[in-house]
Amino acid sequence: MNARNFAIDEADVFLSGHHACAGCGEALAVRYVINTMGPRTIAVVPPSCIAIIAGLQPNSSMRVPIVHGTLESSAAAAAGIKRALMSQGKDDVNVLVMAGDGGTYDIGFQALSGAAERNEDMVYVCMDNEGYMNTGAQKSGSTPHLASTASTPGGKLTAKKNIAEIMAAHRVPYTATATVAFPDDLARKVAKARDMKGMRFIVVLTPCIDGWGLPDNAAVAVSRLAVETGLFPLYEVEDGVRYTINHGSTGVPVERYFELQKRFRHLDSAQIAVLQAGADENWALLQSKVACPPPD
Amino acid sequence: MLLMGNHAVAYGVMLARPAVVPVYPITPQTPIIEKIGDLQLAGEFAVDLMTVESEHSAMTACITASLTGARVFTATASQGLLLMHEMLHFAAGARTPIVMVNVNRTPSAPWGFWPDQTDSLSQRDTGWIQLYCESGQESLDTVIQAYRVAEQVMLPVMVVNEAFYISHALEPVVVPAQDAVDAYLPPFDPDIRLDPDIGRSWGNPVNQDLYFRFRQAVGAAMDGVPAVAVGADAEYGEAFGRSYGILERYRMDGAEVVIVAFGAMVGTARVAVDALRAAGVQAGLLKVKLFRPFPIEAVREAVAGIPRLVVIERNFSPGAGGILHQELKAALCGMEGLPLIHGYMAGVGGVNVSPAKIEEITRAAMAEKPVPQSLWWR
Repeated sequence: MNARNFAIDEADVFLSGHHACAGCGEALAVRYVINTMGPRTIAVVPPSCIAIIAGLQPNSSMRVPIVHGTLESSAAAAAGIKRALMSQGKDDVNVLVMAGDGGTYDIGFQALSGAAERNEDMVYVCMDNEGYMNTGAQKSGSTPHLASTASTPGGKLTAKKNIAEIMAAHRVPYTATATVAFPDDLARKVAKARDMKGMRFIVVLTPCIDGWGLPDNAAVAVSRLAVETGLFPLYEVEDGVRYTINHGSTGVPVERYFELQKRFRHLDSAQIAVLQAGADENWALLQSKVACPPPD
Repeated sequence: MLLMGNHAVAYGVMLARPAVVPVYPITPQTPIIEKIGDLQLAGEFAVDLMTVESEHSAMTACITASLTGARVFTATASQGLLLMHEMLHFAAGARTPIVMVNVNRTPSAPWGFWPDQTDSLSQRDTGWIQLYCESGQESLDTVIQAYRVAEQVMLPVMVVNEAFYISHALEPVVVPAQDAVDAYLPPFDPDIRLDPDIGRSWGNPVNQDLYFRFRQAVGAAMDGVPAVAVGADAEYGEAFGRSYGILERYRMDGAEVVIVAFGAMVGTARVAVDALRAAGVQAGLLKVKLFRPFPIEAVREAVAGIPRLVVIERNFSPGAGGILHQELKAALCGMEGLPLIHGYMAGVGGVNVSPAKIEEITRAAMAEKPVPQSLWWR
């Protein structure tokens, strides 16, 4: 089963009329994630754009039970649900987290790392829009190097955390990266994760119209460029060691990705060269992990 | 059985049959969770003992497991309870009937490991019911009763013990029979829970008016707690021969002075009261077991006609004074025939409060007019 012949099979869980901004990349990701997980799912959603998309009491945009938990506790919340279900002998219910990058890379990381160490049985999806977009686009641990945000107006001075590698280093059963420009790849990864056991982690790059400074119709185009520049390659890691690259750099310069977004508009040519070198280095490093698979 | 207080708690937990017990270790709570692990390993206690990476996650997992319909338990102390603070509010707001034991320990800085109830008292506004115990036996019995109360009013309960005086003190403890506890405490089986077949969500963002109404509902549930707790305790007394009430009046008939205390200090104060009575001082003791909700009506009834109250406690709220002292004054404010109320902060930080010290404080109070402030007594 690979992305090129995977047929997306959507259950009717995610509803129209939700509260996302027009053109939101994350709403598209939520659709493929929750519709692939299906109706036998309980979801945990911390404060984030996802909570807004899910809706205000008494409405819900998803036909599954949702716990709107606290920002830093999603993985522990999901673990508690699964443990309770198992104590009741219910092993046919999926437990899903949909958290933002702030709730995953930053404040939620302790609970996530603990749950990964215990190999808690859940699908954890990080909707990564590279900042605290719901509170007005402040910097998070996922914000790219030199990107301008509301709290780093001159550009962030340090690199984006590599959450996929951090999770793979926990040796969890499944780690994957995905993005909305490749919906078949995204849905296939969610389906694969759904049908596994233990901690399954997927980070989905979800372009933010407002926070990234994009035209309303650019979320998918910029998502594709993130992959084709090698800045956000799509790959999977099984048991923390077996790497498969699904989509990666096609040699497109990073400048093509940056020029669509306001948050990189302040960069000079020297800074762009630094970021190009960083992207090339990360892409080469990832390829080396596939080229040298561990012994069976 | 001869058991330390923390092991007595563990037996109480086992008898209540929680399905999921998320825990994180902290001195002086650890013997509780270690004993649960031993009982699980021995095949006596079928439980999912979940060893999470922090108290914050322990409370989070308690909340969501409870929302999924499982009976849950956890235990903590001091810094651990303080780390849980955010989730304590969440637990009450989400109406989860969690039972937790907190072993009181001084919060840092500076670091201390001593009995002082400031950790739990500083959680008094979170929406948790709080019950303070004076012995391992009482803690065991109260854990079982706490599930009855929690699951009836759908609010979480904190059963509180003090470090070392109770947690690590060995005393003879009667461990009830499982079938008797099963008869007293039916399985937890809520109609509304997280279940794809039910389709209910929790914690959704709400508008101001809905928030107001959720808070009123929590208040209404809290208001019902004293009667529910009295009922649960009375039934427990009938079934097991031990009951405690939400307050206890000890030798208060005809008393000219009544000491007001809670927790382990109550046991010491009993000795002091006996000594004062033997010396001709008409002294009595009011034990406050239910601290949240503060049982205003029951306290007013208990102290009616008593001319002088002397609060002795370990708890200091900087800028306000003794916490029980404040609570008692607030509860009695406007009462007809208001007693004189003295407040002494003795034993702060775990400093020993002997029976002789309690006698001294009581005699000193009787020779003075009370002042609004709580006074230090080391």
